[in-house]
Amino acid sequence: MEILPNITIQHYLWLSTALFALGVFGVLLRRNAILLFMCIELMLNAVNIALVAFSKVHGDTSGQVFVFFIMVVAAAEVAVGLAILMMLYRNLHTTDTDALNNLKG
Amino acid sequence: MSLTEIAFYFLSFLAIFSGLAVILSRNPVHSVLYLIVTFFSIAGHYFLMNAQFLAAVHIIVYAGAIMVLFLYVIMMLNLNEEQEEKTKSWVKIAAVVSSCSIMLILVSLISKSTIVMGKAPMADDAGLVQNLGKVLYKDYLLPFELASVLFLAAMVGAVYLSKKETSKS
Repeated sequence: MEILPNITIQHYLWLSTALFALGVFGVLLRRNAILLFMCIELMLNAVNIALVAFSKVHGDTSGQVFVFFIMVVAAAEVAVGLAILMMLYRNLHTTDTDALNNLKG
Repeated sequence: MSLTEIAFYFLSFLAIFSGLAVILSRNPVHSVLYLIVTFFSIAGHYFLMNAQFLAAVHIIVYAGAIMVLFLYVIMMLNLNEEQEEKTKSWVKIAAVVSSCSIMLILVSLISKSTIVMGKAPMADDAGLVQNLGKVLYKDYLLPFELASVLFLAAMVGAVYLSKKETSKS
């Protein structure tokens, strides 16, 4: 089950888990909306590492193709999200997510 | 320890520590720069796993396009550390607890499960653009076309949202 000499698939999955947990931590901790987007990118990349490791283990190139599709979704998400952020800043003059409480009952 | 092992551990620690620095630095511009370091180390991991084309695309798309977009938005909004307000302490505790529990659950899941090996090991040139292109355009042609439609929708949405609103009536 070795990907590299002495490096198994588990090592890569642990790395992926650590990066994913860091992304979750950042999303929960920070209130700046730009930082939230960056942490979402971190989580998507953690998943990408796991996909590439699995594609290496199974000898199947499909995992790498899935990574391309995740990149496509990430790029589209960032483009639309940052446009929303710009509009938010134009209306509220802040990027703090706590300021978005207009729908609070 | 062989050279590839040293490279794996170095790149992993670089990725995790710069990921931590992304979250903990007060200045958003520093966060972007640390995130670029994280992306470069992830690209190094792709190189180690013989996904050469993916590593190149990763650097071009993430470090070259997405992070530049982030930097432009930060520059246009003129964000700096003074605008960041203090997070409440119970939110900090909740964030640490929930992210640690997610990590714990996933690590225990990974260490308990056995992963089935594939029939044949991956060829060394499987990550090159020639083979990836064959898989992408033969097996995944419909998702590829749908991705282009998604890009068109995202482009129209981004242009429409970031357009200055003209005064109506």
